[in-house]
Amino acid sequence: MLSFGPILQELQGPTLPKLVDGLPGHQKTVAIVLSIAMFLVVVELVRKRKLREEYSLVWMLTAFALLVLAIQHRLLNVVRDLVGAVEPTSALFFGALVFLMLLSLQFSVRLSKLTFRNRTLSQRVALLEDEIDSLRADKGATDRTTSEPRDGDAGAA
Amino acid sequence: MSGPRDRIHSVVVIVPARNEAERIGAVLDGIRRAAPGARVAVIDDGSDDDTGAVARAHGAQVLRHPFNLGYGAALQTGYHWALRQRFTRLVQLDADGQHDPASIPSLLAALDAGAQLVLGSRYLDPATTPRTTLARRIGSRFFAFVVSRWTGTRITDPTSGYQAMDRRVVERLALDDFPEDFPDSDVLIALAREGVRLAEVQVRMRERLGGVSMHRGGRIAYYAYKMLLTLSLLPVRRSSPFRAGRELARAGAD
Repeated sequence: MLSFGPILQELQGPTLPKLVDGLPGHQKTVAIVLSIAMFLVVVELVRKRKLREEYSLVWMLTAFALLVLAIQHRLLNVVRDLVGAVEPTSALFFGALVFLMLLSLQFSVRLSKLTFRNRTLSQRVALLEDEIDSLRADKGATDRTTSEPRDGDAGAA
Repeated sequence: MSGPRDRIHSVVVIVPARNEAERIGAVLDGIRRAAPGARVAVIDDGSDDDTGAVARAHGAQVLRHPFNLGYGAALQTGYHWALRQRFTRLVQLDADGQHDPASIPSLLAALDAGAQLVLGSRYLDPATTPRTTLARRIGSRFFAFVVSRWTGTRITDPTSGYQAMDRRVVERLALDDFPEDFPDSDVLIALAREGVRLAEVQVRMRERLGGVSMHRGGRIAYYAYKMLLTLSLLPVRRSSPFRAGRELARAGAD
């Protein structure tokens, strides 16, 4: 006998997956533990003054968001529907990814600023060293000719 | 025919250099011959060799970056140094011997003829065009076309680091938005937009005496990307949020 069941199913395409509600127990535990660990590590780094307060903020927010989403499965479902995911776990990962991207972008902006400051500082160091050299040379020259120091005309106009 | 001596005295020459100890001596001697009386500063961009000592031995003033900052940053340190001197015209050329200092007078002549920024071109005379790779030729042609169209001046060699400029242009380039890596096409267009008169003269270029070109490999791809980005943002870009260069330029101008 021919069975049309499998063929029909194929024609209909894959069955729509059932939306999963909240995180499964195990994943929930992992997410909660992870967020608390993250929080503790960030606090510890700030305590040891290895992390500046301003940089800790985004990390704290990430840990907090992870915790809230892990506990509040209704909120996680909202996020899941918002990003069009099926599994709440994917939604959680997606959220984490977005946070990390923002963090990296923030770092790139900081780096650009630091690079500029570094360059300016180095340029000034080079100019100041040159000025010191020429002041010393001038001083050496005047010391040899007279014992009177010249009154500060060594700098360039 | 040669200009009066006080005019030569009003020339400063800046030479950005990195690890050019073997080549910079000859370059500095050439500058001395072509522009006697000009003050010469070498900007040692964090060299590992004796570039600074050799430059000093050949009578140049040496400004040393504590570490490598890039070609553009070295030029800019030179601009800041120059603004602390009395000068009316500045010449910049590379330390690797590609730019023949004998062409300095023709660059200065073009300044005297009314230009504010003069480029020494390798390509103005097709007979002397150096051999390069196809990718570089295409890129070079493309940017030459863009710069010529945008500035309204025929520019054949926008990447040329062999330049002469008047004090006002130096003051402009001392500002913070001067790029630290490849200061060429975008800078030329920005200057032309601000009303700076550009010109180009044919210069003699020699084969590199050694060392390696800045424009090679992945750097060319990055160069193309960077230029396209800066050029397309040029009309809408904000000026630099930093003011360090502006202060330095002002301090020098006083």
